[in-house]
Amino acid sequence: MKKVIMGNHALSYGAMLARSQVIAAYPITPQTQVVELLSEMCADKTLDARFIKVESEHSAMAACIGASITGARTFTATSSQGLALMHEMLHWASGGRLPVVMGDINRSMGPGWSIWTDQNDSLSQRDTGWMQYYCASNQEVVDTVIQAFKVSEQLAIPGMVVLDAFALSHTYEVVDIPDQAKVDEFLPPFKPQVKLTPDDPHAFGGLTSPEHYFELRYKLQKDMEKAPALIEETGREYEKLFGRYLGLVDDYLCEDAEIILVTSGTPGYTARGAVDDMRKSGIKAGNLRVKVFRPFPFEHIRRIVKNAKKVAVVDRNISYGHHGMFFQEVKSALYGHDNSLPVFGFIAGLGGRDIMPSSFREVVEIALAKDKPEEEIIWIGVKR
Amino acid sequence: MTKKKDAKKIIFQSEKDMPMMPMSLGSMLYNKTGAWRNIRPVVDLENCIQCGICWKFCPDMSIYIENEFPYVDYDFCKGCGICAEECPVKCIAMVEEVK
Repeated sequence: MKKVIMGNHALSYGAMLARSQVIAAYPITPQTQVVELLSEMCADKTLDARFIKVESEHSAMAACIGASITGARTFTATSSQGLALMHEMLHWASGGRLPVVMGDINRSMGPGWSIWTDQNDSLSQRDTGWMQYYCASNQEVVDTVIQAFKVSEQLAIPGMVVLDAFALSHTYEVVDIPDQAKVDEFLPPFKPQVKLTPDDPHAFGGLTSPEHYFELRYKLQKDMEKAPALIEETGREYEKLFGRYLGLVDDYLCEDAEIILVTSGTPGYTARGAVDDMRKSGIKAGNLRVKVFRPFPFEHIRRIVKNAKKVAVVDRNISYGHHGMFFQEVKSALYGHDNSLPVFGFIAGLGGRDIMPSSFREVVEIALAKDKPEEEIIWIGVKR
Repeated sequence: MTKKKDAKKIIFQSEKDMPMMPMSLGSMLYNKTGAWRNIRPVVDLENCIQCGICWKFCPDMSIYIENEFPYVDYDFCKGCGICAEECPVKCIAMVEEVK
C-alpha cells in the first residue's frame, strides 16, 4: 500500500511492521512525531506493544535495555542532545549484546542551539558498538528499520537508523508500506539465545574480571565483522519479498568515473542530481553514498573507487582537530591498498546549511583543479 | 543446586566457551566476601529467642537457621552489623576481627 508520509512516520511504520513489543521514548524536536504516532498505535491497538513514558532519554534507553534483556523486541527514537544523554546506556546496550533498534534524527549539537541537521550527534556515538545506517529517503527508512531488527537480532548488536532532520524527518514522500504478512514472513519473532527469566536465573552486566572482559570485547568485534555480509544477505532476502535492495553502499555512475563523490544521507541524493548535470557538461563524476557507517564497508569502498583518479568526501560533520569523519574512514579504508589515490576532504552543511547541487559542483571543481589536497579540510560555503 | 561450600570459580580457557553476554554463570558463591569483614557477629545462643529477625534482615543471606537457631556463615558475612542492630534481645555481639 502506498502512502504519502513524513520521514518520522516512516520510522514509526517500520517499528510497527516489525511488531515492536516495547517502546520507550522521550520527545525531542525533530523526532517527536516518531513516538507520537507509535503512542497512538499502541493506544488504538494497531500495535500490540507496551509504551513506556520516561523522564529522559537516558531512562528511555535504560527501559529499552531492561525490556530487551527479557526477550522483547524493543524500539526507541531520539535526536541530538537526547542521543548524547543516552551515551552511557548505548554502551550498556551493545556491551550487553541487546538488539535494540533506534531511530536517530540527525540534528546539530548545541550550543548554538539548533534543531537543523548535521551528523555530529550520531557520529559522536560511533565507538559505542552500535551499527549505524544512514538513510536518504523515507522508503529507505521503513525498509531499513525492518531489516535492522533482523540483522541486530541475529548478531545481538543494537542498530541505529539515522535520517536527516527536516530534509527527511518532516519531508513527505510516497512510501510503499510493506505488507504485514510478508514482513512477518521476513522477520520472525525475536528469540534471544539467553534472556532474563525466572526459569533460568542469571544476573546480567555484572562485575566482569580482567580474566573475561577482554574476550567479551573480542566477541563483539568478531560479530560486528560478520555484519557486512549479513546485511547484504538480509538485503537480498528482503529484495525477494519486496523488490527493493538496501546494501552497504549506493554507488551511482562510479564505474567509469574519474572523480567520485563520497556522501551520506540526503545529500547523497542531491549529489546524484549534481553528477547527472556534471556528466552533461563532460565531467565524468560518480557518487558513492555510504549507507552503513558501522560496520564500515571497507571492501566496497576500495572496490568502487579503484578506477577513479580522485575521491572527494563531503562530510556534514566534523571531528574537531581532525577531519570530517567519513573522510577519516575512507582514507583508512584505502591506506595500504591505494596510497596514491588523492582523497579530498570537504566539510559542508553544518547546522542545517543547505547542501545544494552547486555545492557538489564546487567540490568537484576544486578537486579537479589540484593534483592532491593542499589543505586538511576544504570548507564549502563558509562566509569568509 | 550447588552448595555454598562446593562452588568453584569459573575461568574460561577460550572465548569460544564463553557466553557472548556479560552474565553471571549460575553463582556468585565462589566469590567469598568474608575477608572484607572487620568485625564479626557472634551469636549468644543462650539468650537467643529464635525470632528469626537476624536471618530475615541479613542482606547477604549469611545467616542460616539450624534447629531453629541462627548461625553465621563467615565465608560470606561482611560484618555489616545489621543483625546485631536488629536483634530485639541484643544477643549478637560485633567482635573485632583479629588477623
